[in-house]
Amino acid sequence: MSLLLELDARAQRLGVPLSAHVDLTYRCNEQCIHCYLDHEDHGEMTTVEIKRLLDEMARAGVFILTFSGGEIFLRKDLFEILEYARSLTFCIKLKTNAVLIREAQAARLREIGVESVQISIYSHRPEVHDEITKIPGSLRRSIAAIRFLKQQGLKVVMANVLMTKNMQDYNGVRALAEELGARYTLDPTIAPMMDGDRATVALNAGGAALHQLFRDESYIGDPEEFCAPPAEVSEDSLNAVPCSAGHTACYISPYGEFYPCVQFPLSCGNVRQQPFLEIWRNSAQLKEVRSIRLRDLTGCSQCVHGASCSRCPGMAFLEGNMRGPSTADCEKSFARTGIPSVNLLAKKTNPSSARLVQIQLVPAIAGTRLAGLPASA
Amino acid sequence: MAKTYIARSGRLAARKLGEEMLVMSGLGSTLFTLNPTATILWQAADGATPLEEIVEQRICPQFEVSAGEALRDAETLARDLAQHGILLVSHEPFAQTSSSALEPATV
Repeated sequence: MSLLLELDARAQRLGVPLSAHVDLTYRCNEQCIHCYLDHEDHGEMTTVEIKRLLDEMARAGVFILTFSGGEIFLRKDLFEILEYARSLTFCIKLKTNAVLIREAQAARLREIGVESVQISIYSHRPEVHDEITKIPGSLRRSIAAIRFLKQQGLKVVMANVLMTKNMQDYNGVRALAEELGARYTLDPTIAPMMDGDRATVALNAGGAALHQLFRDESYIGDPEEFCAPPAEVSEDSLNAVPCSAGHTACYISPYGEFYPCVQFPLSCGNVRQQPFLEIWRNSAQLKEVRSIRLRDLTGCSQCVHGASCSRCPGMAFLEGNMRGPSTADCEKSFARTGIPSVNLLAKKTNPSSARLVQIQLVPAIAGTRLAGLPASA
Repeated sequence: MAKTYIARSGRLAARKLGEEMLVMSGLGSTLFTLNPTATILWQAADGATPLEEIVEQRICPQFEVSAGEALRDAETLARDLAQHGILLVSHEPFAQTSSSALEPATV
């Protein structure tokens, strides 16, 4: 077991939120076609509110703190927040498109001591990347920023989200990462919007592309091993926690909403109204999330992929049932092994079962959206 | 004999998890876990209190060990932690700087 996994297991036993993801804003200077956020500002937390939250999170034991958005560099108080967070000895990770990072910002990040900067890069080809971000010149600026950050000796991770438009470019992006001295991560899943709108899901690359990706030795290593049929589901697996969301990890929106994870918009409280630790310890929603084991999952508990599936509980929630399957992950398991999941087989038998409805509104987002936009939006 | 002073390096991330301290070097992304004794040293490393005093007040009462032996072990541990960039060690007290990093007062 790696040290991080060991620490995560210990944090779970102690009930400590080892990591937290805080979105400082949903505003953005790019307009990515697959983005799951509403970019209007509906009343972001102030600098004072964020500092108070950071105090509370440090006291609760949060160690790894990810700041993301939206685009975090649109916040004029970003460096003040980062400096304050470092004074509380958080391990800080940033997620950004880096368009606004020049030499001075890179030097400041180094001085503050952030652990890493993750930058979204969709393609090594400007015409593809810029078509996805809808900002001409955005790839050029992001690459320039990576160079500035690397010159400062900072760890840079290039995050390559794959969809129909850029599915063939991941090797190009990986080569670019190597050239720039950056690490590379790949994510072939496009999430629904946080308000439940599933329009973005149509951008997912699809089964054939995943099949091809999962047989690319340069990406997955040995295809025979990677694509092997799943091992039998053990008793231990049935009792395992599905993922760290709500167990040792959590998410805070720019409006103070507390979710188990950025991809799991189940409102558990609001840090503007309740202390962070009170929500973490007492939220009925978090307790429910923590009670779920693989054996409780509809379909998944009987599925051959049960123990090896990358099932995301947030994606399942957005699909309509946090105790149900995440179809995107069923499709990945199928593309990998050629063996359909229980959920995919059920959908084949009864196609209407695929049309689930959102079971719970997200108050902050749904509420403000209704107030801020015309009824047709 | 010159006194030894220890201070926390300002470039680290740290948090207590149970009885142990998690420490990550900001730039190297190297994660360390400090055992209870090292955690006591880390927490007491204010740059101003001599190591001898830390050992007498914080370590000896918790462990059945003589002051001399505890001090020798603490000095070895402090040097180990310094090699990993976790602690700063000096024979002079450290001065607090604005960036929370601590530098020897004489530098």
